[in-house]
Amino acid sequence: MKGMTVIVKTVSSWVKVLIFLFGIYIILFGHLTPGGGFAGGVILASSYVLLMLAFGRRFVEENLPSSVASKLDCLGAFLFAMVAILGLVFGGTLFVNFLYQEYLPGTPFELVSAGTIPLSNLAIGLKVGASLFLVIFALTVFRYDGSRKPGDSDESAGGTPATRE
Amino acid sequence: MNIPLPMFVVVPLVAAFVLPAFGRRLKPLATLIANLVTLFLLVLAVASVGTPAVYEVGGWSIPLGINMVLDGLSSLLLLAISVVSAAAMLFSARYMEQYTAKPKYLSLFLLMVAGMNGVVLSGDIFNLYVFLEIASIASYALVGFGCEHEELEASFKYMVLGSIASAFILFGVALVYANTGSLNMAYIADAIGRMGTNVGLTLALSLFIAGFGLKAALVPFHAWLPDAHPSAPAPISAMLSGVLIKALGVYALARLIFNLFGVSVALGWLLVGLGLASMIAGGLLAIGQWDFKRLLAYSSISQIGYVILGLGLGALLMAQNANPAWAALAILGGLFHLANHAVYKSLLFLTSGSVELATGTREMRKMGGLGDRMPVTRAACAVASASIAGVPPFPGFWSKLILVIAAVQAGFYWIAVAIVAVAVCTLIMYLKVHRYVFLGELPPDLQTVRENKGSILFAMAGLTCVCALMGLLVLVPSLRSSVLDPAVSVLTDGVQSSTHLMSP
Amino acid sequence: MAYTLCFLLFMIGLYCAVVKKNMVKIVLGIMIMEYAVNLFLIMLGYFHDGVAPIIDRSEFDAQTQTVTAQFLNSSVDPLPQALVLTSIVISLGSLALLISICIRTYEKYGTFDITEIRRLRG
Repeated sequence: MKGMTVIVKTVSSWVKVLIFLFGIYIILFGHLTPGGGFAGGVILASSYVLLMLAFGRRFVEENLPSSVASKLDCLGAFLFAMVAILGLVFGGTLFVNFLYQEYLPGTPFELVSAGTIPLSNLAIGLKVGASLFLVIFALTVFRYDGSRKPGDSDESAGGTPATRE
Repeated sequence: MNIPLPMFVVVPLVAAFVLPAFGRRLKPLATLIANLVTLFLLVLAVASVGTPAVYEVGGWSIPLGINMVLDGLSSLLLLAISVVSAAAMLFSARYMEQYTAKPKYLSLFLLMVAGMNGVVLSGDIFNLYVFLEIASIASYALVGFGCEHEELEASFKYMVLGSIASAFILFGVALVYANTGSLNMAYIADAIGRMGTNVGLTLALSLFIAGFGLKAALVPFHAWLPDAHPSAPAPISAMLSGVLIKALGVYALARLIFNLFGVSVALGWLLVGLGLASMIAGGLLAIGQWDFKRLLAYSSISQIGYVILGLGLGALLMAQNANPAWAALAILGGLFHLANHAVYKSLLFLTSGSVELATGTREMRKMGGLGDRMPVTRAACAVASASIAGVPPFPGFWSKLILVIAAVQAGFYWIAVAIVAVAVCTLIMYLKVHRYVFLGELPPDLQTVRENKGSILFAMAGLTCVCALMGLLVLVPSLRSSVLDPAVSVLTDGVQSSTHLMSP
Repeated sequence: MAYTLCFLLFMIGLYCAVVKKNMVKIVLGIMIMEYAVNLFLIMLGYFHDGVAPIIDRSEFDAQTQTVTAQFLNSSVDPLPQALVLTSIVISLGSLALLISICIRTYEKYGTFDITEIRRLRG
């Protein structure tokens, strides 16, 4: 994909920022409004998909190399597991909302009000955004060079199912 | 010893997500970590035997939150999964050097282990579905790992049938939620016990039987297994045939039928029929195969039939209010055969991988005379074949004997005859394996074949020891009362064994 | 009635997955099955005039830290929605894998027709 016309490129370079910001908003307010880590992550990934359509694969590859995205993917999953394990350390049970119960009660309908839930939303947003980006990126590779290493396409399976919570 | 149960899922899951970040240079370290994780799970599984436990994730009490339950049956399955995965992981340390993306392989392997552990520990049916999907998707990717023609095709076939099965199971879960208003196994069992079955629940049960039957490769639903299992790399074939079809298929089916819906005569006959069909069809189809791993895969179908037959006989006897000791004996035979089959079939797949790595072929007609060149592989294969065919001192004999005794005591002589006939059939197919692979003349193009080295030998030797000593599990009373009897009593207690978890 | 339509949709998906010869159509059939189940789950929680199960400030009693009874009676069941979200994520994972296998197979064989892709004997 070489990219599209100047009009599309200009408009999408404005719009991509808004989409990205909207994704961050959805992730951060996931405990207050509909949405959350998964939906926000999908929106983050879709801003990169827009770039991929408008400017072509190479441009996106330079902006966010797939090796970096893969690291982010691992980091998101790791952070999510850490939130769970911190619950075990501080609260005695896995996934327990120790922040809400002891350290940071907060008031309902405020941004800081749900303990560990925004943290896990952040981790899931990172994970879903990165892995969805990788999936779509991997699927666009196929058209050009058919000679990829065995096992590369398995990235899609590795991540997504575990990010459900 | 009190173990936080989610450790069985969380440890492999975290490892699975950390490992892909390791580059090519850190590959030995990644392999080491993956092996340590499986060994750690093995230690945890052994330590958790005999301590039933309930864990409420996130501190939410039972009807509200996710909970994990460890009872005798889960414990038995956990042991089988950990033993086989530890051996397969050790085997793949050297075997998988021929593939490029090894960290990804390790990651998918651990993801599959995490999913299976989750399935056997889960206390509510929706989480059972989620973990089942995690394990299934990892296994689809692993079957297609080589990205060659056959592997892609087998993976696609497996994935289509597996996805259909998953859709069936999810539909069943939705129907159960619609009719009982709960997803927790204890509350579902209680609700079904109070209001009896209706059309929706019957539909749900039939969807579950079709879905889990597909996952377990029972005979009308077996088409994917002979393609998928041989196409995977050998350690993965060992995992798939050894434990995946049991954890995802047989365990889930037994849990739902015995502990949720309750047994009935019709269900018992259905299970007996499925078991007999799988036994006979799998056995007959296996004899004609010339591909080493394909023969093993058909034999898996046949052996799964034994397990289902044992469970079905137990369900039938329980529903007919016959002597409870007979039902317990039949279920004991089924479950012991399940544990046996996990060990010896994975050992056989590992030996087939060892032979394939040394000779570069799976076609038995092109082999021969490998016995002198590969003594360890031959010994391992001999022990495992003797066990699967039911030669007396080996464990496979005891489990089949228990099944035959149970069938005779209950008066089903023709079932006993079928069990013995299929055992003879099994003996024939493994004699064929020995005749064409290990005995006879060494073909000219295999003159340079050498025995494999390193972790491959350790993995096979370890599993051979376990396989040879499995008989003690049923012969030594203290071992039996700590491992097998609790598993049997979970099933014979029926609905009671899940409803006691309800909060008062 | 609506449940019957869901079941019909499920059956259409199953028919498509079993009968069609094109790999992509098989994948579509599987996805139709999964969406039929998702639709069924959503409809389980729905009732007429139900509101979305999202608490607003007006429905929250700040003194007792509880939700008003009127909201509890008028909101739909949130559990199936959580289940559907999970099942969508799972089907996304399996869809990505299925599609990538389809593309790899197309590269190897140059066709999506499964009757021409028959190296494995049944």
